[in-house]
Amino acid sequence: MAKPRAFDVTTLPGFTLIAVLAFILLYAPIVTLVVYSFNGGNSVNQWGGFSLDWYAVAAQNEAVQAATARSLIIALWASVISTTLATMAALGTTRRGKFRGQTVIYIIINQPLMVPEIVTAVALLIFFSSVKIATGYTGLGYLILAHSAFCIPFAYLPIKARLEGMDTSMETAAADLYASAWQSFRYVTLPLLFPGVIAGAMLAFIISLDNVIITEFVKSAGQDTLPTYMLGQLRRALTPEVNAISTALLVVTVLILTLFVFVTKKRD
Amino acid sequence: MSSTRGPRSKGLDGWLLSTPALLLLAVAASGPLIIVAIYSLLEKGDYSGVRWVLSGEGWFRVLFEKDIFDQTISLADANLTIFWRSVKLSIMTTAITFAFGLPTAWFIATRPARSRAFWLFLITIPFWTNLLIRTFAIMEVIRNQGILNTFLMHAGLISEPIQILYTDTAVLIGMTYVYLPLMVLPLYAAVDRFDFRLIEAGYDLYASRWQVLRGVILPIIKPGIIAGSILVFIPSLGAYVTPRVLGGGKNMMIGNFIELQFGQGQNWPLGAALSTLLLAIVLVSLVIYTKVSSREDPNG
Repeated sequence: MAKPRAFDVTTLPGFTLIAVLAFILLYAPIVTLVVYSFNGGNSVNQWGGFSLDWYAVAAQNEAVQAATARSLIIALWASVISTTLATMAALGTTRRGKFRGQTVIYIIINQPLMVPEIVTAVALLIFFSSVKIATGYTGLGYLILAHSAFCIPFAYLPIKARLEGMDTSMETAAADLYASAWQSFRYVTLPLLFPGVIAGAMLAFIISLDNVIITEFVKSAGQDTLPTYMLGQLRRALTPEVNAISTALLVVTVLILTLFVFVTKKRD
Repeated sequence: MSSTRGPRSKGLDGWLLSTPALLLLAVAASGPLIIVAIYSLLEKGDYSGVRWVLSGEGWFRVLFEKDIFDQTISLADANLTIFWRSVKLSIMTTAITFAFGLPTAWFIATRPARSRAFWLFLITIPFWTNLLIRTFAIMEVIRNQGILNTFLMHAGLISEPIQILYTDTAVLIGMTYVYLPLMVLPLYAAVDRFDFRLIEAGYDLYASRWQVLRGVILPIIKPGIIAGSILVFIPSLGAYVTPRVLGGGKNMMIGNFIELQFGQGQNWPLGAALSTLLLAIVLVSLVIYTKVSSREDPNG
């Protein structure tokens, strides 16, 4: 093949077209969903003019209010618990050199990323249903416990990444100046690590807020979170109310992600 | 944090600090998996649950069924259909996401450094967006009165809506849609490290574009291809939400079949055996992946 003129070696025929198509296909359904949340009509099929009616309907729906409150309580607890435990684990497993059993710790921490969610859901259903019978306790604790567990790897990864990128010389300096281990952690390590901790907590929060399968299997009667409430609505005639709830969740996710990018970028 | 710092080993510190996380995971993630494996070997209870009697019935029922009247054993066709659908749709999802994912990853990696973060962010948003919301979004596009059918009818290409929702095709479209970011991200990581001078070298040696793609690019980004395929294949095989919403109950995949056993089916040992099987398949693929990628990528 003769090539008389210089061309960009990074272009491959059709690649740009397919990529642009992929972005359009990725966003078209989400945009449709958002647009129809402003539908004034009664169904998701017919456009009845712009209105915020369905947001009002969703906001006044007591089931939605309760589910929102439950989702937020669970997500807050889960992100606090998982981030605390993940921070400790990250401090234990990074920057200390290799030690026996380190791989085992990695595998267990990342296990929720590997095991199919339906399998964990079934396992927790079996386990927690016997605990519920044995103890008589049917509160939100089970959901908080389950969410905290599967959020650990999501909180762990950004914290570990932050720790690995951190210079140890500051802590050495603190130790040279007779700081106790606690002082050097509290006044040197933690402030440096903080963006990683915040990033980890944000990911954990999103992951907990979005969970469907494990929540569906672990929840007791009357413990719907927003996603399981939406899944339940499928059996009824769909109204743009579901679109309104989805859009609200979407906005929360995008906001947190934008913050996440901002927080993790600051390191440079 | 411990405030004493004696001559303890690094390992002890590492384990001590990790213990709370490991304990929580043992109680609410890993530990119960062992219970599932045990339940698969027990006898089915009268309504739900199990009787604590050792039995191979759960595993037997994964593939076979026994006639109620004459006790003849035959293959359980309904189960095989579900397994086949799960495997087929997962492979197709992996292939289609790759066909879209490679050009997308390539496109992002060849953008100027400044706008690359923006394009990557566009992939990350769907990645972190609620799976259920994305499945709803697809449902509204492909339903009979949805925008796809409306558009095709207005364009005069069809005279009445095509029934896509509640078919295997709907599940395939949905899974491709929700798992595409999982393919793009590892492919992007691989393409990003790719040395584009190798393409120039290929062209200098009179390779065609196709030969450059087959002989230079694909072999070098192979670890990314494997990672992306595993990341898409595993959740596809265990998918639950997407087939439930888009398959509409009839077009079940393994995940829905497992749920059925703990719901209406009331056969916990069978459900536990199916879960154990699914878990085993996933673990085997992960082990193969680790082996292959450590061989492919000696530099880490």
